[in-house]
Amino acid sequence: MGSDPFDTTLTRIPRSRRRRRYGEMVSVGLLGFSVVLILAILAVILGDVIYLGAGHVTWTFLSESPRQGLAEGGIYPAIIGTTFLVLLMTIAAVPLGVATAVYLHEYTPKETPQQTWKRFRNTEGKERGKELGTFILSVLARVTRSAVANLAGVPSIVFGLFGLGFFIQFVGGAMDAATQPEGEIVWGQGNLLWAAMTLALLTLPTVIVATEEALRTVPAELRAGSIALGATRWETIRRIVLPGALPGILTGGILAISRGAGEVAPILFTGAAYYLPYLPQDLSSQFMHLGYHVLILSTQSPDVEATTPVLYGTVFVLLLLTFLLNLTGVLIRARTRAKIHSGG
Amino acid sequence: MPTPRSEPAAKPKIEVRDFNFYYGDLHVLHDIAMDIPEKQVTAFIGPSGCGKSTFIRSINRMNDIIPGARARGRVTLDDQDLYAPSVDVVALRRKVGMVFQKSNPFPKSVYENVAYGLRIGGVHGRRLLDEVVERSLQRAALWEEVKDRLSSSALSLSGGQQQRLCIARALAVDPEVLLMDEPASALDPIATQKIEELIYELKSNYTIVIVTHNMQQAARVSDRTAFFMLGKLVEYDLTNTIFMNPKQKLTEDYITGRFG
Repeated sequence: MGSDPFDTTLTRIPRSRRRRRYGEMVSVGLLGFSVVLILAILAVILGDVIYLGAGHVTWTFLSESPRQGLAEGGIYPAIIGTTFLVLLMTIAAVPLGVATAVYLHEYTPKETPQQTWKRFRNTEGKERGKELGTFILSVLARVTRSAVANLAGVPSIVFGLFGLGFFIQFVGGAMDAATQPEGEIVWGQGNLLWAAMTLALLTLPTVIVATEEALRTVPAELRAGSIALGATRWETIRRIVLPGALPGILTGGILAISRGAGEVAPILFTGAAYYLPYLPQDLSSQFMHLGYHVLILSTQSPDVEATTPVLYGTVFVLLLLTFLLNLTGVLIRARTRAKIHSGG
Repeated sequence: MPTPRSEPAAKPKIEVRDFNFYYGDLHVLHDIAMDIPEKQVTAFIGPSGCGKSTFIRSINRMNDIIPGARARGRVTLDDQDLYAPSVDVVALRRKVGMVFQKSNPFPKSVYENVAYGLRIGGVHGRRLLDEVVERSLQRAALWEEVKDRLSSSALSLSGGQQQRLCIARALAVDPEVLLMDEPASALDPIATQKIEELIYELKSNYTIVIVTHNMQQAARVSDRTAFFMLGKLVEYDLTNTIFMNPKQKLTEDYITGRFG
């Protein structure tokens, strides 16, 4: 039969198609290899930390302060400091981020400033004022979105410097000048509040983007259904849009928080302490932090040999906390999904 | 000629005069004039993109939420100009309910779907809510099918049940006019038949306007039919006249299936 163009047997694959099949196999192979590589890297990191760190985690390690030049004792103050920091950061970042995203997605026009400007130019009569308002809002939305995108690209150490300059020196300095007649420094130094605010700024873009993404998943038909029943825009957002977007918002929020929990650079100058024998008492206290403790143990220790086990233990605890936070996110999401689906 | 000649001189529920509608630069409705009588079914037919959906959405001002939408001319409901600056669109939409092409129950329970309009209207009394929910579901011919699962998710109902739930939801706020934008186009024949029977029941209490792609449906359910094409109202008359004896060549071509 040779090169019979009417040969329709299925078993003999022409050379051109055979080459295509190799191409297919190569690309699938490469994709699979990437997956294996990533899993392998993760396994090595986790395996190393668990193997060398888990054994060091005892009740004493979790419940006592460091001793003997950080080589003995535990990391209790760092666990507590990290917890409070993350809580405060969440209280500051999530409401602001969600509110910003709701405003951007629900109240500003979907069109570009170019489109709204063109429409304003072409509009006559009584809608002119309204179209000008639409144009201004679309410019505002564009500026805010660019600002959020740029904020997300700023290196975290720059956030730290900003916190030092703005929160501590400017805001804190002004607060001290107003409230401390004797010239005492209370707010004009690094503390829990300023570190949490700085971290909140860092996580804000992630919260905003995740929330907007979640809002986008709520179908337009549901909004129209609510509006057609005489609901105002805000009633529709509160009763239909936000409940529908909640699983996405929670997931995004928790991912942002767990990322913020591990960041060290923003709190270097804004409140983290090398060593404190006591726990933070109020918002103006300094605090110890797991991530910062890891940095200190690995770079500032007088006796590296002695502190290495503590270092591994601390990293293990930090990873565990982050993992628990992510797990909480997954569980909350699963529960709200089930609840929405069963009609709660 | 806004009013069909065979009309006894009853006051129309909705009057439309010189109505024009634009999406930005696009002129989608041209000089529409028609009277919609009370407690009857008026059907809008016409090929896709003829403006019938835009027009029905102008009656409860749902087009307001589309950017660049502009209306000119008059639409009155009981002599009240719907586009006057003093009109409260929220109150208007409670008087003029709407059912959409794709059934859109909220991801809440059957009960909460029907109670939604009342709750946002500030009704909280459990007994009143129970009463209205039951009555609305009965009017939408859904009560018998869902009375034992009012607290289960609306999304667990069948497509036809979901659409009747949306009708019940619209009836719960006690509207005077019901706008239906192709309410049965996504349903199977049996569910469609139920919706059509329901429309027939509802017209003794409500003024109904229905957009449909399906000419047999218009012929079955409506008292009057308006034929739209390219944003213009070509012909509007008693449904029998439109289907048996249309005056315009275009209408005849459309209903005999020469284009569509």
